[in-house]
Order: sequence, then structure tokens, then C-alpha cells
Amino acid sequence: MATQTMNNPDTPTADHHEHHDDGSTRVFGFWVYLMSDLVIFGSLFATYAVLSGGTAGGPSGKDIFELPFVLVETFLLLFSSFTYGMGVLAMNDNRVGRVKAWLGITLLLGAGFVGMELYEFHHLIVEGFGPDRSAFLTGFFTLVGTHGLHVSFGLLWILIMLIQLSTRGLTPMTRPRIMCLSLFWHFLDIVWICVFSFVYLLGVL
Amino acid sequence: MYFVVALVMLVRGFSDAIMMRSQQALAAGGAEGFLPPHHYDQIFTAHGVIMIFFVAMPMVIGLMNLIVPLQIGARDVAFPFLNNLSFWLFAAGVVLVNLSLFIGEFAQTGWLAYAPLSELKYSPDVGVDYWIWALQISGIGTTLTGINFFVTILKMRTKGMTMFRMPVFTWTSLCANVLIIASFPILTATIAMLTLDRYFGMHFFTNDFGGNMMMYVNLIWAWGHPEVYILILPAFGVFSEVTATFSRKRLFGYTTMVWATVCITVLSFIVWLHHFFTMGAGANVNAFFGIATMIIAIPTGVKIFNWLFTMFRGSIQFTSPVLWTLGFIVTFTLGGMTGVMLAVPGANFVLHNSLFVIAHFHNVIIGGVVFGMMAGLTYWFPKAFGFTLDETWGKRSFWCWIIGFYMAFMPLYVLSFFGAARRMQSYANSDWQPLMILAWVGAVIIMAGIACTVIQLYVSVRDRKQRLDVSGDPWDARTLEWSTSSPAPFYNFAHLPTVNGIDSYWDDKQQNGADALLSDGPYEDIHMPKNTVAGPVMGILSIGLGFALIWHIWWLAIVSGAGIFVAFMLRVFNDDIDYHVPAAEVERTEREHRERFQRRDELEPINRVEVRA
Repeated sequence: MATQTMNNPDTPTADHHEHHDDGSTRVFGFWVYLMSDLVIFGSLFATYAVLSGGTAGGPSGKDIFELPFVLVETFLLLFSSFTYGMGVLAMNDNRVGRVKAWLGITLLLGAGFVGMELYEFHHLIVEGFGPDRSAFLTGFFTLVGTHGLHVSFGLLWILIMLIQLSTRGLTPMTRPRIMCLSLFWHFLDIVWICVFSFVYLLGVL
Repeated sequence: MYFVVALVMLVRGFSDAIMMRSQQALAAGGAEGFLPPHHYDQIFTAHGVIMIFFVAMPMVIGLMNLIVPLQIGARDVAFPFLNNLSFWLFAAGVVLVNLSLFIGEFAQTGWLAYAPLSELKYSPDVGVDYWIWALQISGIGTTLTGINFFVTILKMRTKGMTMFRMPVFTWTSLCANVLIIASFPILTATIAMLTLDRYFGMHFFTNDFGGNMMMYVNLIWAWGHPEVYILILPAFGVFSEVTATFSRKRLFGYTTMVWATVCITVLSFIVWLHHFFTMGAGANVNAFFGIATMIIAIPTGVKIFNWLFTMFRGSIQFTSPVLWTLGFIVTFTLGGMTGVMLAVPGANFVLHNSLFVIAHFHNVIIGGVVFGMMAGLTYWFPKAFGFTLDETWGKRSFWCWIIGFYMAFMPLYVLSFFGAARRMQSYANSDWQPLMILAWVGAVIIMAGIACTVIQLYVSVRDRKQRLDVSGDPWDARTLEWSTSSPAPFYNFAHLPTVNGIDSYWDDKQQNGADALLSDGPYEDIHMPKNTVAGPVMGILSIGLGFALIWHIWWLAIVSGAGIFVAFMLRVFNDDIDYHVPAAEVERTEREHRERFQRRDELEPINRVEVRA
């Protein structure tokens, strides 16, 4: 759907004007929003890169990152992307029950991810390595936390979609929303892969 | 709506300006003037913030709102609700800035609130917090606007309107919106980081605990430099439309104009470091950014020559939009040249932080953005309100502005060579005072220019019955916005127009004469969005949220935040958001327009003499 949008911007037809909330325009608009969100993450990554050496006598990444723990987190999120994808396939088959089931599983996996992240943050703060300890930790908490906040918003959105699917089913209104949420969820996955590689993997090297 | 707020804020921002010029005219050789440093610093900060964010931006976005959908033959923007929300978020920012006048104080940090000065340690009061939340809230509104208009232009063009048939104003708006989408998130992120430093004791930009204050300067200018092109590109678009219309010629070099715009869009992202050559990034880095900056002069030069060649052998009508355009070409070229001087890193080490910088950017912003917006206001005013603006007062305003500008800012160039720094509350060298007084006189003349605009609006509204624009095409112009009535009906076009080339509407008029202005039946139902209160409600609540966060009133922050969420949820769960305008209503509107059109000679006494002559 989104690919079609990107391919022929030069040949708009009169149809677009008659339905200005038609699904493809909304999905395209959401793509553009995601690109702007990506710029926010880009700024945070750049800042983290600059600040990562500023440990101010506190711990560095090598001292505090626990890769096996983060790997479990990563798999929870990656697997949730897969389950969301199954949900979209079910939507294309018009099977609303299955959509709800897959979205429910995605919700649980995402909640697991957020829960683990909160545990990690709590653990660090209790040990005295909170975001106010050093510039490195400031950058780390903000970058990872912003991603976590996005995932939490995604969870809220899944919840709202579950309510809307129950009350109104698959309609011209809910379908594009499921598609946009799908883009959002996969987008967060990609951002997480960057976080995992640049923050955690490079951090323990 | 954007424009009304912008004009009010122009007066507010200008009163800051005249206070600064008065202060500098007085405070020489040990005299203290009438503004203590504490107050003076707030004023120059507020002046910069207001003029850029709450005057120039809303003027640019206001013109886009009015004109872009009409120019591409669309009935509305892609996301009408989002557009409404953007406006109210912007308005919330305006309210917060003005609240700082009465409750508390504003930042004393300069308009970009450089860290670490803006950190809690050095600015413990609420001034910087006002700055943070006013910009954060209105900045999010701007990002949403950018997304909205980008999608509108790419997806809602009418039949036959390919990219290279779009009017130049639409092109420049498209590029400005690309810049908004790519740069405003950096501002959002940067302000958020400063917020975390101030509210949660983090160390992004502090000078201890490993923070890096130069990262702030880098980030803020990675947004800030594209921002100046967000302002100037639409102004370039206005000049292109005005030049072509009043020269009675097709724009010279349409394709090069578009590509020049695109080049500037790309280049604007690789020049930000020229704002701080003295940071010490090293010769190679400075050389790269210096050269990149100079390269921007090339596409800009292409544009200047395109406008000149459009006028060459055209039959130019010297209306006030044309005067603004001519004033722009001269003034902006001069400002561009001083910009290239600043782009030489070696020269920059001498000139930086001096009045030279002040003179340069006022040279391009007044000569470019202000003149452009005044030209655009005069040119498109009848499209918005159905009557034209008074020409006499418009021309008086122009002459006041241009004379006042040169008198106010040329002395600053001279003073900078004698070593006058920017942001001086007082200075010891009384030799500077005569030129400072001259600059003050210039500012007073500019004030007369603003007064002329106010009188122009008053006179035009008073005489609106005589100044009616019945045809919808008072300038005999070339692009689609003039093919519908003035003001445009809320559905913009009864039938969506079909486009066959650049300036297709002009060609249509050549073939069909005055009938090209009218639409024929049969009409169809038109699909339109319903009005909603969710936008203003969310805007008002975000004022509450911002105010609560500034003053650390946590309960109010929670209540407002929850209110915004609830308002948004009500919107999300509301299915009933659009309706159809019945064909009969469209037909009635169009018939009334046709009847008035046939009586246009008696209804339009002034315009037919003044403009068509």
C-alpha cells in the first residue's frame, strides 16, 4: 500500500480529492511522520555518540551492560514484529478475530520488553548509576528511554485498536490505523536494532 | 488567522527592537540608558524569538495555508484536523511568550538559549523555561504543518498538475516543508535535552560530569540554518508569482528556478557550522563549511537573474507588490554578499559576534522575508478577503521600510568595523554614538512603515465596498488560485480544474476570455470535513500544560496532560467527521458568483481603474 503511494506521486487522479481521508494518503502521511521521528532518534544517537566517553569517573558501557539480558529483550521485540505482521496478514484475509489475537500477543511481547527495560533502568538507578551520574548515562537513558516511551505509546495504541476492532471491526477507518500502527511497530524494531548494535554491542567491546 | 497573530506579534517584536535601538542611542560613554542589563537581555532574546517564531513563521505558514491548496487545485489540505491543531499549538506558544511579560520573566540568553548559559546553574529563573515550552509546543505544531503540506502537495494535486507544472510558490512551499520535516525534529530533540538537564539534573550540555555544551550549539544550528531557508524559500516563491504576474510574462527559467530551490534545500543542511567557525573545529572543517556556504550563493544568484530576466522587456506594472520585489532584489543581493563575506572563516574570526552579523541577517531577513511577506500579503489579500488593499498607503509603507532599513542597519556595518559587539547594553566609546542615533532614526522610520500598513488596513476595510474584487482575478494573474471567486468558496472549486501546462489558467483566459473565470453546471456533491472543537481545546490545554511545567505546578500539568489525551481520544473515537455539501448548494453559490461577476463594472470601480489600466 505504502509502496504504491511512493511510486506514483506524479500522477494523482481526481479520486484523491473526493476522499481526503482515504487510506493511502493517511498511510503516506504516517510514513512522513516516521521520517521526522527518525530525525529525533538521529539527534539522540549523535548526542549519545558524542557523550559516550563522558563517564566523569562513573561506569562505562562495559561495566553496566548485560548482553544476555538485552538479547532476550531484543528477541521479545523482534518476535512481536513478526506477530504484528501475522496480524496484518489476517486483516488482509478479513478475519477480525485473528487480527485481535495476533495484536493481543504483540501487546504481551511489547509489554514484556518494556517491563524488562524498566527493570534494567531501576536496577541501574538503585546502584547509583542514574541519568544524572554522568553525561554518558544521560545520553544512554535518554536514547533508550525515548525508544521505550515510543514502545509504550505503541502498546497504548494497540490497546485502543483492540477496543476499536471489538466495537466496529475492520472498517475503512480502522484498516489504515492498523497499517499505520504496523509501520510504527516495525519502525521501532529497526530503531531498536540500531540501539542494540551501537549502544550495547559497541558499548561492551 | 496566522497572519493576524503575526501582525500583532510584529508590533510586539518591533517594540523590543525600538527599545534596543533607543538604549544603544543613549547608553554611550558611561551612560546607563534606560534599560538595566537584566531587562535589556530579556528584550533582545524576546525580539529574536518573537520575530522568527511568532512573526516570520506564521506569516509564511499563513500564506501556505491560504494559497497552496488553491494553487494545486485542491479542496483542502490532506489532514484538515491536523492543520487546525497545528494552528492552536502555535497560538499556545504565542500565549506563553506573552504571559512571560506579566508573570515572571523571559530568558536572558539570546534567542537560541545557548548552553551552558541556559542551564539551571546560570539561568535559575523561569525565563528559559518560558522559552523552552513556548518553542516546544509551537515547534511540534510546525512539524505537523510540515507533514501536512508535504502530503497535500504530493497527493492532492488536481488532474494534469504534474510536479513541473506546479506554480513556483507551491514548489518553494514544498521545499520549505521538506526542511521543516527534516529540521524541526532536531529542535524538538534539542529542547527536550535541555529540558532534561534543567528538570532532571542530567548532563547533556553542562560543563561538568562529561557534558558537552558545543553539542548544543551544533544541534541548535543543525535546525537553525535550515530554519532560515524555511523562511526565505516561500518568500522567493512570492516574488516569483508577483514578478510573473505584473510583468505580464511567463516566469523566466521556470525549471532552473525549481532546481535552484531544490539545491538550496539540500545545501541548507550542510552549512550549519558557519554559525560558529570560532568554536575551534579546525581548518579543514571550517573550510568545508565555508565553501558549502559560498556555494549556496550560486542557486540564489540563479534566482535573482531569473527574476530580472522575467522583468526584462516585460510590461511591468509598478504596484506595491512589485515595489517590494524590487526592494528585495537590491537589498537581498547586498545582504547575500555580506553573507559570503561572513562565510570566509578567516574574516569570520574578525566579524563574529559583532554588529556586522546583526546587520547581515537583518539585511536578508528584512530584505527577504519581510519584504516577501508584505508583497505576498498585498498580492493575495483580495483572495482571502474579497477586496484589494489600498495602494497609496502600501507604497508609503514600502518607502518607509526601505529607507528606514538602510538607515538603521548600514550604520551597524560601519560600527562593526570599529569593533562594536552585538548585544551591548552600554558601551564606553562615545564616538559610536552618532551612528547609533542614526540607526535609531532608521528604526523610527521603519515604525512609520508599520504604521502605514496599519493605516492601509484601516483605509482598505473602510472603503471595502469600492475595492471589491468581484472577478476573483484582480491582477489578471496566471495561476489557479485566481480562477475561483474571492474569497474562495469553502470548497475552493466547484469543479476540480484540469491543468495542461505551466500557467494553465493564463492560457485558458487567452482562449476563452472572461468566461474562463466561471464554472458551469451540472454540479456534484462535495465531500468536506466537519468542524471540530478538538483542535482549540487541545491548544488551550497545552497552554495549561506549558504554564504548569514552567512553574512546576505538577497537579495542573497532570490535569492538562490528561485533558489533551482525553480530547484526542474523543477525536479518535469519533466517526462522524465529514459530510457532503449538496450539489444544490454548490449551484446556488456559483450562480451568485456569476451574477455578481456580470455586474463587475459597477461593483469594482476602483480596481478596474487602478490595476487594469
